Amino acid sequence: MPPDNHFDLLIVGAGPAGLAAALAASTSQKDTRIALIDENQALGGQIWRQDLASKHPQPDSATWLEILSSPLLHFIPGARVISQPSPRTLLAETPNDCMTLSYNRLILAPGARERFLPFPGWTLPNVMGAGALQALVKSGLPIAGKTVVVAGSGPLLLAVAAYLYKKHANIPFIAEQAPRSRVLRFALGLLRSPDKLSQALQLKLALRNVPYHTTCWPVAAQGVDRLESVTLTNGRHSWTQPCDYLACGFGLVPNTELPRSLGCQIRLGSVVVDETQATSVPGILCAGEATGIGGLEKSLLEGSIAGHSATGRLDAARALLKSRKKALAFAESLERTFALRPELKALPTPETIVCRCEDVPLSLLLPYSSSRAAKLQTRCGMGPCQGRICGPALEFLLDWPPDSIRPPIFPTKLGSLAATAKNIRNNP
Amino acid sequence: MPDMLTISINGSPVLVPQGASVAVALLSHQIFAFRRSIRGEPRGPVCGMGVCFECRVTIDDIPHRLACQTSCAQGMEVQTDAP
Repeated sequence: MPPDNHFDLLIVGAGPAGLAAALAASTSQKDTRIALIDENQALGGQIWRQDLASKHPQPDSATWLEILSSPLLHFIPGARVISQPSPRTLLAETPNDCMTLSYNRLILAPGARERFLPFPGWTLPNVMGAGALQALVKSGLPIAGKTVVVAGSGPLLLAVAAYLYKKHANIPFIAEQAPRSRVLRFALGLLRSPDKLSQALQLKLALRNVPYHTTCWPVAAQGVDRLESVTLTNGRHSWTQPCDYLACGFGLVPNTELPRSLGCQIRLGSVVVDETQATSVPGILCAGEATGIGGLEKSLLEGSIAGHSATGRLDAARALLKSRKKALAFAESLERTFALRPELKALPTPETIVCRCEDVPLSLLLPYSSSRAAKLQTRCGMGPCQGRICGPALEFLLDWPPDSIRPPIFPTKLGSLAATAKNIRNNP
Repeated sequence: MPDMLTISINGSPVLVPQGASVAVALLSHQIFAFRRSIRGEPRGPVCGMGVCFECRVTIDDIPHRLACQTSCAQGMEVQTDAP
């Protein structure tokens, strides 16, 4: 680390977009000092999370390790950005420490999280995200012989089910809320892109023994101190399936908290960027899922474009525009295919908890007309997750746009804030 | 077979594979309620990536640590079921 913690380029997020940005930027001719910061210990983000059981690093992330050998690139693992204490300076916290990092250019690659929708019983232990269960199994959770219902929406369900099946989980079926006709049209569209088609066929082969139910969604989970069964419906009749885990996510939501707190313009839940990945704030770029959910290819392309344009190589950035356009078209077809059906809005009963941090049920929220009003009166969204879970749910259920974000964007130790204040006083 | 290390969960010693997260250690030892919600309901991990804060446990006397984001370390003491 340079003694002054100052970097020509700071990249937040070491998933595919952040790594692609780092690679593109580090191949620039100039002596660009780059820092790549991520809240996880390992590179790769959520999608390339290392499997504890496998001895070899993921082939994808292995190639990225070479990038890190560049003396001009500093990887800062296990550090979470929590605020911007002064212009062009970010405060990041590690479990035992905190640091300020200053930059000339900033590339944000904060990725996405799963969307969770409330239904009766969704707060029971062992009801979790689809990606969440996969992450836990990759971190060593034994899953062989456990019964897992995979439900919700989007291609992630297939990837997770295939992974869990390979680990010898018992998967009675996958429940996709989107209608069959739309999923089929989406699959036909894949014929136009050979890479995606081959991925899809591999998934289909891996899941040949697992039924894929479209127009099917969970309506309630049952259990005393943990999940015991889940009730699902196909709109005509419902049935109950005993299970150990319900892996359930309704698509992905861009992580826009950091970009929003830095003043970047947001439209329809995504960070607004131009063709060079520049946001509305000078010097700040954004790439990957945060600019709109579009998958791995879009993230890699946007990361590369951001890395090139942040280091002044607009021609190299422009060369990727055609591929980016194609990736954006795929993102649009994802959104159309897996749009959430209105029936899901009726899942929570008045007693169903919507804000899990503050245990706020739907009935207490209905009298209000906005996230802000509900927050002030009920504490909905004021807990440790700061509305990251209930916010996207309420956006879908009640059409409430997310409330403004305030620093620190994650719960923080007072010591970190005090240390920054001191730091800034000493180095104004 | 990965190397194993010993941690204590609510006072009982257990063996966990090196590199496992605290969340994995708890779930693999049949502990599903990581904390109690403000109404006293049992809660466990939801997002698996450090944003939902449902997997909060006390680790080495420090409350509100995220079980899914913390790796087990030899001799670590984990307490669950705190409000």
